[in-house]
Amino acid sequence: MTDAPAPGFVRQALSIAAKDLRIEWRSREVFATMTFLAVVVVLIFSFAFVVEGARPPAPVVAGILWVAVVVSGTVALSRAFDREREGEAIRSLLMSPAPRSAIYVGKLAATVCLMLVTETVLTGLCAILFATGFDEMLARVALLLALGTVGFAAVGCIFSAALLRARGRDALLATLLYPIIVPIVIAGARGTAQLLDLKPDLEGARFWTQFLFALDILFITAGVWAFEPVVGGD
Amino acid sequence: MSALELSSVGKIYGGRRALHAVTARFEAGRVGAVLGPNGAGKTTLLSILSTLVSPSSGTVRWDGAPLERGSPLRARIGYVGHDPGLYGDLTARENLRFFCALHGQDATPARLDRLLARVGLADVPADASARTFSRGMQQRLALARALAHDPALLLFDEPSSALDPAGAAWLQTELAAERAAGRTVVLVTHDLEAAAAIADHVVVLRRGRVVRDEAREGGFQADALRALYREATGD
Repeated sequence: MTDAPAPGFVRQALSIAAKDLRIEWRSREVFATMTFLAVVVVLIFSFAFVVEGARPPAPVVAGILWVAVVVSGTVALSRAFDREREGEAIRSLLMSPAPRSAIYVGKLAATVCLMLVTETVLTGLCAILFATGFDEMLARVALLLALGTVGFAAVGCIFSAALLRARGRDALLATLLYPIIVPIVIAGARGTAQLLDLKPDLEGARFWTQFLFALDILFITAGVWAFEPVVGGD
Repeated sequence: MSALELSSVGKIYGGRRALHAVTARFEAGRVGAVLGPNGAGKTTLLSILSTLVSPSSGTVRWDGAPLERGSPLRARIGYVGHDPGLYGDLTARENLRFFCALHGQDATPARLDRLLARVGLADVPADASARTFSRGMQQRLALARALAHDPALLLFDEPSSALDPAGAAWLQTELAAERAAGRTVVLVTHDLEAAAAIADHVVVLRRGRVVRDEAREGGFQADALRALYREATGD
């Protein structure tokens, strides 16, 4: 009976994220659903709001992009702990020496990676359909999307874990999650609109970027703190 | 010799008392069976021993150190439940590699092969996901996962409930081997035959209370254990 030292926090979190991404890479089941939904949302909104030959207003494009992010991200979150529920793998995971916070960070990292891949497809589609200023502002829009995704997933992973054994968890997840992520969506959509405008407002966009960064810190801190009681058996 | 000691352990869930002042001692190198009818508190007791649930009152100590939620001692516990606790999308080796990584254990191909061979899965196809395994194979892999970090305390929750007779016999042999290796083994089961075949210490729970706690060198005869159980529980 040996007492090997447990690996560090980062290695444990990376192991958990790598495991999730390996499973997803093999099946592509969640990624395919997320991307399909995101593309459908963008197409529906583009038919509804965009007049042929005219450049759509930046707030409309930003709104479409962020609604698609939220819809596809909700799919990722609703499946985030599916693999743990099946066969009670969550029990084996919780009995490992990995701190709960490492489990949370690992799940968060995997969800963010998955969402970012879908958002890459989504941004490309929006750039093609709406011919707005994505080219010039790509790095800034990408930063806004990345920060918004981290905050969204930070809150969502907590609710996804809390609803691990709940019936009707998909409906409950959206009901619980959406009111809390409203500031993220507002900040993301406003910042993106300011960047995609004919006269980009870089100062305004910088404010929303900083706001999203602050929200990320808040939500990740709250997530690390809340994950232990949420997954506990008491 | 190391021992797992429960002292007046109680647990209340939402106003309902699941365990009442349970006191027991499980020695290393023995197989302790926790028996009892449905609702007796067996699974709650095992959840407390596995540090996933905190007792509402009382203490659990192992080798004199408190065994509680978040305790580093958790790294020395192996758990096999009636659900395999595996990732069905991963192969046998990937499952073992993942849990070895979390425990900081060596996960070289040679070691994984040894672990799989130990539980009779040496010939399992390298690319087959655990989901495609039979229930018995999954349970063998679950045991390999529980043994991967060389734990000193092994907890089993109805491990043979989905096994065929051959699988149940194999499990008994494995439990005997773990006992011989000096591990502390605690088994929760409904199956009196299985308990009689392997246990040398029996704790019977009824409505959250210990109604019998008996250890016998050389173990129990099935008839004697049935009589003891009937007398203790009235069932």
